[in-house]
Amino acid sequence: MWDLTTKETASVQEHENVLHIKGLKKSFGKKEVLRDIDLDVKRGENVVVLGKSGSGKSVIIQCIVGMISPDAGVLQVFGEEVSSLNEKELKKLRTRIGFLFQSGALYDSMTVRENMEFPLMRILKLRNQAEIDKRVEEVLKSVGLFESIDKMPSDLSGGMRKRAGLARTLVLNPELMLYDEPTTGLDPITSREISNLVLQIQKKYKTTAIIITHDMECAAITADRVLVLSDGEFIAEGSFEAIKNSKDKHVSSFFK
Amino acid sequence: MNDEALSGWRSRLAEKGEQVAFLKDFLKNLFRGGFEWSEFIRQCYEIGYKSFTLVGTTAFIMGLVMAMQLRPTLISFGAESMLPKSLAVSIIKEIGPVITAIICAGKIASGIGAELGSMKVTEQIDAMEVSGANPMQFLVVTRILATTAMVPLLTLLGDVLGLLGGFLAININGSVSLLLYFNKCIASLGFSDLLPAFIKTIFFGFVIGFIGCYKGYNSNKGTESVGIAANSAVVVASLWIFVIDAIVVQVSNTLIY
Repeated sequence: MWDLTTKETASVQEHENVLHIKGLKKSFGKKEVLRDIDLDVKRGENVVVLGKSGSGKSVIIQCIVGMISPDAGVLQVFGEEVSSLNEKELKKLRTRIGFLFQSGALYDSMTVRENMEFPLMRILKLRNQAEIDKRVEEVLKSVGLFESIDKMPSDLSGGMRKRAGLARTLVLNPELMLYDEPTTGLDPITSREISNLVLQIQKKYKTTAIIITHDMECAAITADRVLVLSDGEFIAEGSFEAIKNSKDKHVSSFFK
Repeated sequence: MNDEALSGWRSRLAEKGEQVAFLKDFLKNLFRGGFEWSEFIRQCYEIGYKSFTLVGTTAFIMGLVMAMQLRPTLISFGAESMLPKSLAVSIIKEIGPVITAIICAGKIASGIGAELGSMKVTEQIDAMEVSGANPMQFLVVTRILATTAMVPLLTLLGDVLGLLGGFLAININGSVSLLLYFNKCIASLGFSDLLPAFIKTIFFGFVIGFIGCYKGYNSNKGTESVGIAANSAVVVASLWIFVIDAIVVQVSNTLIY
């Protein structure tokens, strides 16, 4: 692998490891999607995984959250091996992880407010309506969506849906955020707004994040460190600038 | 047996295995605690109340037409007075429960299949799961229990309206009071007629909810699969309704007679 680590990215390695992946493998039928993935993410770090569509980027974060079981390898989140957790332990671990889906995945039979209340009432088991309202309003204000609190998801634009999806994950105060293509399907201005929002969230909520994308602008705005995935392996790692200036033809092809 | 046929049987068997696992998951979540009462009541409203008009109208017309069809046959045997009894026995024991269940399979099972299928496609079920919530308890348990509770009630409504349809048909050609008509209907039915008819509606309700949820919850990720989930939910639920009907009738006949 091309190691393009710079001084800025090295500085965050002094912190605690939130995620440790070693030799991760995953195949679907005969197709080997992840061949040999190694990844360590430190607390407070924003790691961007770049790769072509279908390269298996999303499979990595699906393994992290336990949606998919890897075939082999070590996958530890907050020091716990995900594959060895029972249902209850996995559920507990998931409350510490926020997952923003490509589509936002809002519950379309509920208003924005009800979408926010859903995890608060069912996961944190909050019953005090005043406290629930306070948390919902606070998180919606932080993503700039307070005016749409009583709207249905079908009344929201693509960017607003992403913001609402993000707010729903933030309402639980996750320590690790997983973003699956946060800017896909959005216009350039809204994409930039969402990318900046990802950065603001990292600062405000002190989250660690893995951002799966093929949007170079999103990577440039959000990344502390970039990894490039190709043929089931990371082929380059470093700061966005270092990756951008790479001489490797696979890596440089992302910037053409 | 060629390879294609073999793989077809293999996938059918695998699906049966998945259905058993889904049933096990449902039962586990049913007794887990933290029942979603508000969602259950909402589903009862969506499934039960919103089907009243369709079930009621269909049953009323069925009763009306059945009485019209039966009358000439009974007259030819000089048994016109048997019309209320014939209607009551056929509607309460068979036509009412089965027609109501088939209508519910078409309306409710397809609705649940499409709703959960589209939630799967748009990653809403995944979102619930990765947030640490329990989609089985929120989406599946509530819907299956709502259909299990609502289909018997809808059948009761269908039975009453079907008999009223028969009353109207009788009064088109003759004259009989409502009280006399219902007295004759009720007198012709015993507890052994009512109980199996009621019990099978509970099974019908369960199977409608279960198949709808299973097909929707396990649909593939693609817009086409939403249609497939809705369609196959209707087909499979309808088939199960007839199978359950045959089993319940056979078992009740064996036990009662």
